Amino acid sequence: MSEIDISMTINGQKVEGKADPRTLLIHFLREDQLLTGPHIGCDTTHCGACTVDMDGLSVKSCTVFVGQANGKDILTIEGMAEADGTLHALQTAFSDNHGLQCGFCTPGMITRAYRLLQENPDPTEEEIRYGISGNLCRCTGYQNIVKAIQVAAKELSSVKEAAE
Amino acid sequence: MNDQTPITREQRIEKLQGQGCSRKRVEDVRFTQGKGNYVDDIKLPGMLFGDFVRSPYGHANVKSINTEAALKVPGVLAVITAEDLKPLNLHYMPTLAGDVQAVLADEKVLFQGQEVAFVVATDRYAAADGVEAVEVDYEALPVINDPHKSMDDDAPTLREDIAGKMEGAHGARKHNNHIFFWEEGDKEGTDKALADAEVVVEEQITYQRVHPCPLETCGCVASMDKITGKLTVWGTFQAPHAVRTVASLITNIAEHNIRIISPDIGGGFGNKVGVYPGYICSIVASIVTGAPVKWVEDRIENLTATAFARDYHMTGKLAATKEGIITGLSAYVLADHGAFDACADPTKFPAGFFSIVTGAYDIPVAHVGVDGVYTNKAPGGVAYRCSFRVTEAAYLIERMIDILARKLDMDPAEIRMKNFIKKEQFPYDSALGWEYDSGDYHTAMEKALDTIDYKALRAEQAENRAAFDRGETRTLMGIGVAFFTEIVGAGPVKNCDILGLGMFDSCEIRIHPTGSATARLGTISQGQGHATTFPQIIASEIGIPAEDITLEEGDTDTAPYGLGTYGSRSTPVAGAATAMAARKIKAKAQMIAAYLLEVHDSDLEWDVDRFQVKGNPELHKTMKEIAFAAYTQAIPGLEPGLEAVSYYDPPNMTYPFGAYIGVVDIDVDTGEVDVRRFYALDDCGTRINPMIIEGQVHGGLTEALAIVMGQDISYDEIGNMSGSSLMDFFLPTAVETPNWETGFTETPSPHHPIGAKGVGESPNVGGVPALSNAVHDAFAHKGLTHTQMPHDHWRVWKTAQSLGLTE
Amino acid sequence: MIPGSFEYHRPSSLDDAVGLMSSLGEDALLVAGGHSLIPMMKLRMAAPEHLIDLQDVQSLKSISIDGGKVALGAMVTQAELIASEELCAICPLLKEASLQIADPQIRNLGTIGGNVANGDPGNDMPAVMQTLGATYMLTGPDGEREVAAKDFYEAAYFTAREDNEILTAICFDAPAKGHGSAYLKQKRKIGDYATAAAAVVLEISGGNCTAASIGLTNVGDTPLLAEEASAILVGSSLDDDTVKKAMEAARAITDPASDGRGPKEFRTHIAGIMVQRAIALAQSRAK
Repeated sequence: MSEIDISMTINGQKVEGKADPRTLLIHFLREDQLLTGPHIGCDTTHCGACTVDMDGLSVKSCTVFVGQANGKDILTIEGMAEADGTLHALQTAFSDNHGLQCGFCTPGMITRAYRLLQENPDPTEEEIRYGISGNLCRCTGYQNIVKAIQVAAKELSSVKEAAE
Repeated sequence: MNDQTPITREQRIEKLQGQGCSRKRVEDVRFTQGKGNYVDDIKLPGMLFGDFVRSPYGHANVKSINTEAALKVPGVLAVITAEDLKPLNLHYMPTLAGDVQAVLADEKVLFQGQEVAFVVATDRYAAADGVEAVEVDYEALPVINDPHKSMDDDAPTLREDIAGKMEGAHGARKHNNHIFFWEEGDKEGTDKALADAEVVVEEQITYQRVHPCPLETCGCVASMDKITGKLTVWGTFQAPHAVRTVASLITNIAEHNIRIISPDIGGGFGNKVGVYPGYICSIVASIVTGAPVKWVEDRIENLTATAFARDYHMTGKLAATKEGIITGLSAYVLADHGAFDACADPTKFPAGFFSIVTGAYDIPVAHVGVDGVYTNKAPGGVAYRCSFRVTEAAYLIERMIDILARKLDMDPAEIRMKNFIKKEQFPYDSALGWEYDSGDYHTAMEKALDTIDYKALRAEQAENRAAFDRGETRTLMGIGVAFFTEIVGAGPVKNCDILGLGMFDSCEIRIHPTGSATARLGTISQGQGHATTFPQIIASEIGIPAEDITLEEGDTDTAPYGLGTYGSRSTPVAGAATAMAARKIKAKAQMIAAYLLEVHDSDLEWDVDRFQVKGNPELHKTMKEIAFAAYTQAIPGLEPGLEAVSYYDPPNMTYPFGAYIGVVDIDVDTGEVDVRRFYALDDCGTRINPMIIEGQVHGGLTEALAIVMGQDISYDEIGNMSGSSLMDFFLPTAVETPNWETGFTETPSPHHPIGAKGVGESPNVGGVPALSNAVHDAFAHKGLTHTQMPHDHWRVWKTAQSLGLTE
Repeated sequence: MIPGSFEYHRPSSLDDAVGLMSSLGEDALLVAGGHSLIPMMKLRMAAPEHLIDLQDVQSLKSISIDGGKVALGAMVTQAELIASEELCAICPLLKEASLQIADPQIRNLGTIGGNVANGDPGNDMPAVMQTLGATYMLTGPDGEREVAAKDFYEAAYFTAREDNEILTAICFDAPAKGHGSAYLKQKRKIGDYATAAAAVVLEISGGNCTAASIGLTNVGDTPLLAEEASAILVGSSLDDDTVKKAMEAARAITDPASDGRGPKEFRTHIAGIMVQRAIALAQSRAK
């Protein structure tokens, strides 16, 4: 089968190349781009460990062919911190509130929470729980993840208010 | 070099971030940025990828394997079958339980998903194409999917490789499909107690087959360096040193030429203790090709082939007085071990520590017997977030106590209080031979009952039941009480080993000249936060701030030998080794300080982070100063340097305990169970990091919820497995998971250097009976005695229907 | 789980897409959001030689509301559907059902067209569309045709769509103003396929039900339109006896498989409970 041209933006960088069309976006990110933050946990879109942001939408990159992502703007956990290394409020809040243990779900969870807070900057606990329902965690029981997202939401809105 | 800034003693203590403080995790900074290093993140030059052809049959003869087409697939380099492994004597490998397991199917397959051939290719896509192209001709055979039928006279023989061999690793086998019979306790005395009892309750209680299902599956990268002759294997190993020894024994590569590295591990929960065919095949493939070979299973393979848990079919009998005093316990178990006995238990304990089944109760006489049998199911039998077979034991006794309470019309909390081992009875010798180290069960239970306001809950339940009977509600409220005693920290080398390796553990601490330190342990974190908590132990012992201590684990070339992390053993065993190594350093530091201060050793006393002259604390040397001196001064009579290693063989297990109470609301028309409240009181002895303990409890309770409410791996009559993907295998999301309430009491272990007992598995051990008891309690007044887990919608509805509660 | 090889096509117009379908024949499959197809490909239960990605066909992406006439382009995602305030105002049933499909990530890519077209009896939207009396627009080499949602489903994964046709839009008349609707779905956990689910649309006037439509999800080989159950409700005050009769009529047409969600008898039972509760909820929402 013939390779296709690939052109997309990943974490702000333009990426060009060629790929077998059956390459899954998660494998393109992890193996071609060496962005191993997003993980593979289930292969069947149930766990969300592979979650990335694509054109401003959370998606599960294990179920997107690289060709489908052509021309898109991709954000992974590796692009979450600012250029100077300052961590995103969610990254800090996950650590401060013990929102992770083995760390395997964490990149997908934070990437999803990042978009959730864009969609809904002041979510209720229930909205957070539904908002991350596509992301499984086996270690934390979610309690401290929910807490971390609540703390980050507050932090982000206070930063926003201060700026306004 | 005295510290110039005067700070208070409290400030010095705070700076250490030692035991008892909720130190933030040092691991998080890389995980939150996607910079963890898990096995599938490893990419080596020229790395190949291996993938398995697996059996679609539960039981079949393999008549032929045709690899011709597969070898023509672009990128496919080799297809390995049992025939290729036979000359190397690697077609079978030893299991942790004294059995052997086929690495690749030897003439027949014994469970769906069994490894049949290993395709090696340039990348994972080509490997998958190769797997598709391998043609295997099977001849289906009759399947045993019910362990009760394994030892029938006309049952087909599953294990042809050991047919007729009637002596197994754990004694005599009474049938070709029998693995072992193991018993403990006083059978005669127990029979008598049952015969003489005023009240006897008996119940068949099954703990269904489930799977640990960590979010990261199992995998490895094997790399044989043909020039140096050194084999390096990165893998999801909960016990890297044991893997090295096993690898050496079965490959005949000298142990110093094998390096096992456990990188970051994405959860284990028991799934990553065993040795799997993927590891062996990757090693063989790397030796054959001279290139690194990666194997990472997908989720279906993980659920289908690596390490199930439970599948215990138990019969419990309790003898008691009319007043509810238990006078004897009998437990018999039919243990379904699948096609190969690959349980991960200490060698002498084929049923693990199931004999903890007397639980928290002062039961004068007891007997347990366990028959292990083969079936056409995946091998495993690992301790999924519990010490070896402890959750099964806790489930049995905690259900039986509730059944007894119901029979006597007693409150489940009250009957437990009546039978608890009393505080003054510790150390307590149980009827089944364990010496419980410490406990204060009554205090824990009372605190739990008060915290959740048990009386008010029971009053509310009485109202709910009346309203239900009046037809005003279709919801029934259930209150589940459970009290558990765990047995963790395996274990004393005199009776605990794995493949002959004593279950000690180790820690090496090196203090650097400028006063920071590196510690290395024989354990390996899978999310428990060892890099955070073990430095806290060292900080409290020797006064070096935790942030100045780096912890390394999981690399057998650098870490001291240890038996790994499972069975809540890291804190009880390696944690003790850590404290003991620190104390060796402290002893030498005291001599150095005495030299520096020109006083006698005995004139010094330890204070937070320094040795000071008794009665004159102004005269002191901090550990930082002492470390510097150790490397810069010639001290008469002392070797230079400051480091120590400790191999710790615990004198006993530790016995954490807890009181759990859950409240559920059940919709009888839909069978849906809503967990309204859940309070977990844990006593894990000395608490090292409360934040991490609480996190462990949240996670363990969520796993308990998953088991009780939905996890179920079952096989049909032709050996097809259900529950093989995350669509069907129940892992709760944030929506199904309630907020957990936690509490604690603190009863230190008297034999552990810092009194810590371990906690990671308690919430699963206690959570399962508490939640199951809550479901049963909702229907208890309608006559329900026992019903099997999981309590998923249809089974709960079926229960309601059987009690005449549905429309 | 690795899919087999295929050629990837991304046409930019409907004509081009139809042309590709015709020229490539049965070796080609359409991909919209891909969340039904790609997992099947990863399991190698589907192995197309050509994959035709519809994402650049702009004409399939609109939500058009003209008076009471609604036309949903096949490539409208579940998330876009949920986000359309105008649509949700006139037909809240769609949002209620969409929110119970899978999870946020999947709803961002999963499309309404894919959900109704692939014929999976577990999908939620087919029964909803039957309940709304929707019509599917199909375009093939011979032009466009319409098929009613209630006639579209033949068996699991078998539909009235020909291999060379593309389902382009879903059209329906918005339910009458003041109607009440509900989609109730029992599931093992959020995001799962239904153990059983019911969509109900009711019109009530002077305390009596004047119109009713009931659809059922995942309790048969196809989505089910419970016409007899609906008819029982019309003219009644939705009293308990009538609702019970409707429940039983709905149950009578179900034929669910026994699976991990429960045996057939349980899923049939739940279908009735969902109908009963959805009627009550729809009634409470009707004005």
